[in-house]
Amino acid sequence: MIKSNSGIRKADVINRRMFIIGAGKVVVFVGIVARLFSLQINENKKYLTLSDKNRIREWRLPPTRGNIVDYFGNVIAGNLKVYQLHIIPEQVENFSYLLVRLKNLLNLSDKKITKINKLKAELKPWDSIIVSENLSWSQFVKINNYLYDLVGAKPVMTISRNYPFKDVYTHVLGYVSQPNEQEILDNQTIQERFVPGMKIGKLGLEKRLENHLIGTNAIQRYEVNAYGKRINQLEHQKGEQGSKIRLTVDTEIQKACGELLNEKAGSISVMDIYTGDIIAMYSSPSYDPNLFLFGISQDEWQLIRNNPLKPLINKTLSGLYSPGSTIKPIVALSALENNIIDTKFKVKCTGKMELYGQTFHCWKEKGHGWVSLKNAMKQSCDTYFYEVARLLGVDRLSITAEKFGLGKKVLGDYFDIEKKGLFPTTKWKKNNLGRGWVLGETLITGIGQGYIQSTPLQLCMMTAQIANGGYAIKPKIIVDNKPISYEDAKQSMESGLLFDLDSEFLLDKKLFKNKKNIKIVQEAMFSSTNERFGTSYKSRIDDPKYQFAGKTGTAQVKRISKRERELDLELEQIPYKDRDHALYVAYGPYVNPRYALSIIVEHGGSGSKAAAPIAKKLFKLIIDRHELRNKQSNFERITV
Amino acid sequence: MFQHDRLNNEITLFQKIKNLDYILLISVILLSALSVFVMYSTDGGEILFHTKNHFVKLVVFFPLMIFVAFFNIKFWHNFSYIIYIIIILLLVYVSFFGIMSSGSQRWMDLYLFVLQPSELMKVAIIMCLAKYYHRLKLENVNSFTSIMIVLSIILIPIIFVISQPDLGTSILIALSGLIILWLGGVKVKYFIYSFITFLISLPFIISFLKPYQKLRILTFLDPDRDPLGAGYQIIQSKIAIGSGGLDGKGFLKGTQSYLDFLPEKHTDFIFTLFSEEFGFIGSVGLLILYSIIIFRIVRIGSISRSNFARLFCFGYAFAIFIYIVVNLSMVLGLLPIVGSPLPIMSYGGSSMLATMIGFGIVLSAKINHKQMIA
Repeated sequence: MIKSNSGIRKADVINRRMFIIGAGKVVVFVGIVARLFSLQINENKKYLTLSDKNRIREWRLPPTRGNIVDYFGNVIAGNLKVYQLHIIPEQVENFSYLLVRLKNLLNLSDKKITKINKLKAELKPWDSIIVSENLSWSQFVKINNYLYDLVGAKPVMTISRNYPFKDVYTHVLGYVSQPNEQEILDNQTIQERFVPGMKIGKLGLEKRLENHLIGTNAIQRYEVNAYGKRINQLEHQKGEQGSKIRLTVDTEIQKACGELLNEKAGSISVMDIYTGDIIAMYSSPSYDPNLFLFGISQDEWQLIRNNPLKPLINKTLSGLYSPGSTIKPIVALSALENNIIDTKFKVKCTGKMELYGQTFHCWKEKGHGWVSLKNAMKQSCDTYFYEVARLLGVDRLSITAEKFGLGKKVLGDYFDIEKKGLFPTTKWKKNNLGRGWVLGETLITGIGQGYIQSTPLQLCMMTAQIANGGYAIKPKIIVDNKPISYEDAKQSMESGLLFDLDSEFLLDKKLFKNKKNIKIVQEAMFSSTNERFGTSYKSRIDDPKYQFAGKTGTAQVKRISKRERELDLELEQIPYKDRDHALYVAYGPYVNPRYALSIIVEHGGSGSKAAAPIAKKLFKLIIDRHELRNKQSNFERITV
Repeated sequence: MFQHDRLNNEITLFQKIKNLDYILLISVILLSALSVFVMYSTDGGEILFHTKNHFVKLVVFFPLMIFVAFFNIKFWHNFSYIIYIIIILLLVYVSFFGIMSSGSQRWMDLYLFVLQPSELMKVAIIMCLAKYYHRLKLENVNSFTSIMIVLSIILIPIIFVISQPDLGTSILIALSGLIILWLGGVKVKYFIYSFITFLISLPFIISFLKPYQKLRILTFLDPDRDPLGAGYQIIQSKIAIGSGGLDGKGFLKGTQSYLDFLPEKHTDFIFTLFSEEFGFIGSVGLLILYSIIIFRIVRIGSISRSNFARLFCFGYAFAIFIYIVVNLSMVLGLLPIVGSPLPIMSYGGSSMLATMIGFGIVLSAKINHKQMIA
């Protein structure tokens, strides 16, 4: 019984101690519930976000670039489906085996294999490596046939830039290619939207309008597991294609320009004389921008780079030429405006002019005899213009020339490669060369030689502003948000609306003092093309519908020595580099003019033989397309 | 004495079944069923390896629990020391011939399944000490000899388990043993002194920890110091639990576990998955279920006539409680990560076997609650 008593006392001890433990247990459980409450109720949002961050991974896809279309809506820079081959390293079972198989299937170079291995080391295992950016259809089919053996390789259909007219627009559009690091850093928009495989504009409008064309990334969201493997596709956020941009150019005419300058170095520009729309702007030779899309091969690049005709240079905008005789209409106009000459003013041409012991030759050795303005322009008499320039002086001439667009950029900041050229003045020479102006320099400036330098587009604009009656236009290549139709522009110029300050769509300046003077120059240019003995008489079109007025030019690239002058060599006998540049500026139709153009054939010889015949072929097409173009002016208005 | 013997002899099979504790039984069944569903979720909503094995183990061990219950509590009292010694021998065997896995040697291959003797020791230590205090006179509880004996009983298995190495289980064994000392009547001041000594020697103990164990403590103090390395488990576990919210993401919809962000989701981190899918409500529900089980075990202890049964039940209830607390505190980021399963819920045969045997002995105590043991 004592034992039993002791057992009961022991039980009391145990029970009492159990009670203390029991109380402790309750406290601890309450603590755990409190912890659960704080995690699951108070901080639920925080952990829910973290859990989503864990499981959702976003893949940004390259944005789709906006299309560039010509005036008629034809796509000139578009997008094309291309077939690519990607490798997703984390899905590959045996990487080296896969590479060996692909190397055989696609004839990959060892260099490419090294590059892939390098990329694999750099990228995350779920990022795709682009093995081939542009598979041919047969390669694509081949890959798909062997896909069972190519674990981890993924044939992908994607879109890539495409220039359907190949070399026709290269100098206008430029091209796109993989950006380098600096280019990504320089442009905020590119930086934000960059994904591997994306291409950006490297040149031309593609570069200038990058931020409009670029588009926004599509975003794919996937649920991924802890190892980064994609499990489910979640919602897909579509990207927006970049803005569509409409240019003022006409592909038919642009193409014709390319054909006419085939195998020649040179440039053709065509401009609407009222709206300033650039109808065509071709620099020859050109090259195919599609070559650059997937990285140009070394051989192709060398071929372009080493071509003596210099396809990489945009001759229309950054080629600087002496205008030669094409400057004469401006010289004549300037002299008329400054009342130096009138239509009756005559100069006797003996084939040369002596000044301070220096001889200035007319192109015609025998001389033209007594010539008036009209005849001087028609036959491009140099002596006449030496004399006029002498009387006028270079400073007064330069004022007129600058008014008509020489020495200034034509397209403003649209092309950073555009050059402004040079129209010299006495002051310019003093400041830049540190020497005083010499009268002889005025003389050669009068025939467009010497310091004077102009771009083909400047000459085109100059001609357009003579053609439209002497009104300033603002040339443009992009159809802006307030496009003016040809009719509107013409009417407003003719009715003097131009001088209404409220009139927004036209520039506010007339370029002449006396309208009659413009008319005189126009008539002189007409005779140069359409009257007997005119320098471009052979290239005339008699049909008034297509009849045009123009002025030839032949720009010397080097000083002609006395010996050479006596030899009077044929073009073929002169080394290519020393041959004259052939120039021609024109506008038409003569009655009711609409378009102006400038043609330059580098080292083509004389303007009348090499450049003017091109204008004849081109004008028919330009005028024929006018009606079509006019109808198109109410075309959807696309803004930049 | 005679009366008691007669009583003992009178219990028939029918009475045994009748005397089972049905609240405890139903709770265990509920918990088992729940664990199968959760295991099914860890398998990604399919009946795969873990679900199948877990279910098979339940089917085998649940009858085993009833089988254990049908032995008289006196039997378990009589065999307590022997069972303890057998398991010590198993631990010795394992430390020489055990299976190595992920750097520790804890298991023995029994062909049908792999046994982890240290899990069984968690129950055996309670049995052994319960018997010791049952037999010890109250006056001798605080004698030097008895305290040395019980400390040796606790220390011997711990030495083996710690050398496996398995810190988590050794702590649980130590705590299970110490609670019997407490219940047996060891002076409070001894506990306080030991605790103070423990605190003072803590830096010394830490210097003896293995580098990975030190790392766990550092990680516990600041999980963000290495979020993808040492801190990964606890960070992901907290994300899973926290993102569960009030009512959870739904059965089979726990993204953290489904997408493999949760480590050890079948075993030590099973609560994380449960809590992610069933939320605060589910988690509290699970705690209530565990509380019912603990309460029933305590209640059975308190109605038992023998102090062996009483000590065992109270001790075992505390052990279950401690398993739950250590496991939950670990996944909730309240304690450093030590390997410790959640009873019944976690995948693992030995742990379930030990737990079920423990329940079986508790049920035996219930059936024979009037049994006196000399």
